[in-house]
Amino acid sequence: MTEPVALATGFLHGWPLAELWFVVVFAFLATFLFLDGMDFGVGALFAIRDDAHDRETMLSAVAPIWDGNEVWLIVFGGALFAAFPEVYANLFSRHYLPLFAVLVALILRGLAPEFYEQREDARWRRYWGAAFVAGSVGAPFLLGVFAAAWLQGAAGPTIAGLVVGLALVALTIVNGAAFLGLKTTDELQAEMGTYGVRAAIAYLVLAVLALAALGLSSGELLGALLAPVPAVLVVATAAGVGGYVLFARREQFRRALGVAAVLTYGLTTLVAVLLYPTIDPAVGLTVSEAAVSSLALSLMTVFAAVLLPLVSLYFVVLYSSFAGPTEAGEGY
Amino acid sequence: MLDPTIASRVQFAVTTFVHIIFPTISMGLAPFLVYFTWKEITTDEPIYVDLRSFWAKIFGITFVAGTVTGIVLEFEFGMNFAAFSAFVGEVLGGPLAVEGMMAFFLESTFLGIFIFGRERVSDRLYFLSAVLVALGSWLSAVWILIANAWMQTPQGYDVVTEGGQRVVELTDPLAAYANPRFPWMFVHMQSSAVLSASLFLAGIAGFYLWMGRDSDFWRKTLKVAIVLMIITAPFQVLHGDSYTRHVEDTQPAKFAAMEAQYETETGAALHLIAIPTSLESFTNPRAQNLWTLDVPNLASLLASGGDLDARIRGLNEISNTEPWRGAGTPPVAFVFWSFRLMVLLGLWFVVLAFWAGYRWYRGTLFESTRLHQALALSTPLGVLAVEVGWMVAEIGRQPWIVQEVMTVSEGRSPGLTGGEATLTLAGFVGGYLLMLTLWIYVVRRMIRNAPDGHPPKTEGDRSGVVPVIGDD
Repeated sequence: MTEPVALATGFLHGWPLAELWFVVVFAFLATFLFLDGMDFGVGALFAIRDDAHDRETMLSAVAPIWDGNEVWLIVFGGALFAAFPEVYANLFSRHYLPLFAVLVALILRGLAPEFYEQREDARWRRYWGAAFVAGSVGAPFLLGVFAAAWLQGAAGPTIAGLVVGLALVALTIVNGAAFLGLKTTDELQAEMGTYGVRAAIAYLVLAVLALAALGLSSGELLGALLAPVPAVLVVATAAGVGGYVLFARREQFRRALGVAAVLTYGLTTLVAVLLYPTIDPAVGLTVSEAAVSSLALSLMTVFAAVLLPLVSLYFVVLYSSFAGPTEAGEGY
Repeated sequence: MLDPTIASRVQFAVTTFVHIIFPTISMGLAPFLVYFTWKEITTDEPIYVDLRSFWAKIFGITFVAGTVTGIVLEFEFGMNFAAFSAFVGEVLGGPLAVEGMMAFFLESTFLGIFIFGRERVSDRLYFLSAVLVALGSWLSAVWILIANAWMQTPQGYDVVTEGGQRVVELTDPLAAYANPRFPWMFVHMQSSAVLSASLFLAGIAGFYLWMGRDSDFWRKTLKVAIVLMIITAPFQVLHGDSYTRHVEDTQPAKFAAMEAQYETETGAALHLIAIPTSLESFTNPRAQNLWTLDVPNLASLLASGGDLDARIRGLNEISNTEPWRGAGTPPVAFVFWSFRLMVLLGLWFVVLAFWAGYRWYRGTLFESTRLHQALALSTPLGVLAVEVGWMVAEIGRQPWIVQEVMTVSEGRSPGLTGGEATLTLAGFVGGYLLMLTLWIYVVRRMIRNAPDGHPPKTEGDRSGVVPVIGDD
């Protein structure tokens, strides 16, 4: 091995790097679900407003941030590919059609607002508005279907997956409503509190149903669910939903958004805990079996350790630049 | 139902073909935007506000199209080429993950500020955002080309068997990632991106000058574009020439396909112009069957860098040596004609750049309708040259997905059915055609509403006569 590489990675010798990257992969996924979840939620809430000015406000709220948020999905895929290539290859080829549908949804969500803004006539805006909603609801739903099938080791979509997908859509609305509460004023803002409360309750119900469906689908998953850590996460989720409802009612949206983050990271943690030490249940592959060599993992760890603090800084600059309520049509 | 391997290859080709249009334009526009932003902040001249905000809008929608079509490519590695992904993940996954962490985050977060934040942030942070967006877009090219260079000329690895599966193991990261092919690709790609964007801008400016919508806006656009064309167009030809020599050294089969060289020859001629004399010689070009204008010994001379009698290996010889035996050879027609079209376009860009430069020098840049027409008609040709250049690089590597290590058909997803692959292929072809049409429609609308109301400053007596068109 070459000298500079050994210098850069030598001190990582003996670290549990496979486990570290398992955590990193899921941390990327959770950050995606939280941040882009806000954008998806805004896309879903877009459907319930037909006032042109309100719609404009909602688009302006996500316009500067969604692209950066979506990169968390790209690095999730990239990190999975880099650290666990066999899992990445198995999962993505096994769930070929759902992932194709995810891509279609993401393309619609990304491009529809761009096209929407181009013309003022009602028909054009109705179609592109609908495409934006479809993409924003479709992407988390299909990712939920995919995640459940991953967890169950299933070859295709499952009943439990459909419920997980719906729960994920509800969760994105929980995120999106809290975010829009911060970005809007007056009547629209008050409505976000109402929708946030409804979505949070729906999320709790759907999450419980999803866990029940997952537990019923296999004895192994049921056993895993009844272990202490998942039980704590489920209780924490219930408490979190309670907290969110409280904050959203009082229109304390910053706190509500904080709770939404906890809910999102909690859900992702639950998936990771249920998987571990397996990473691809369909073929019974464990985290340590699936990981690439420690040389490759060490290199990536060095890059990630340098880059991720910078990435956090970019997001702080971005979000603080656009802090506070947005104006309709801002920047367009 | 198509064969899943064929459908996957065509799908990857189509999705890359469409995708590369967007990053080419956005990477090429990036230096323009940095310049316009700098001038806007330091001179306070309204023309630069117009130039910056207008081209930033075009950049914005192009960037979004690049993002959504780029995720597709990342997913396709796993979805369609699972065997390849599992095989090379240890070497290729790293650059893709780092591309996301180092480049995509940088460009997409600061793009938010650059497109939407002019009123919200200080001049200093705004200019920094322009620079960081440009840096991010160029860094993404670094990492994706590091990955591609390894697929062209792999090194720094071992093939080992792990749990019954052959996989690539990273042995020497510096050899793998500081691959000698990388600087060739990076310089060629980035220069072509700037050249393509220059042609795009100059073409649109030329079109409006031709149509009589003369204004400071289009004049300034044209001038900046021509400066970059004069730098990049000749450079690209010279660089391409040396790059070809490097390809001959490292991928002789690709070079042989570029020259339709089936037989090994010493003192090979360069086919300066090749004209197919029949349909057969078009679809299956063979050096000896074409009507060619040759320069004797030049192919040998160029490929060897000075030896008139250097030996050029033909495809027949290569395909009979290991590991090529039985794997096949590159489809010559695609590579041969793509290469010729690329070179022809490259030479045309040099002519165009010098023609425009000469007109500028004579002070008649804005009077020559013929030049404006030529520029307008050349608007998409830079991107076309990038497309055919990538066809040379990628089709010229066939039948391999990783040169001499794994073939494309070995790399595809084993469980993928013909039905699934055909369905998504049809979806992507239809969807991408629609998307491309819409992108062109939107960009045309934006351009038609360009803030080009300022009359040309050089003719002050006409000011006020030129109507304000579509100023929003």
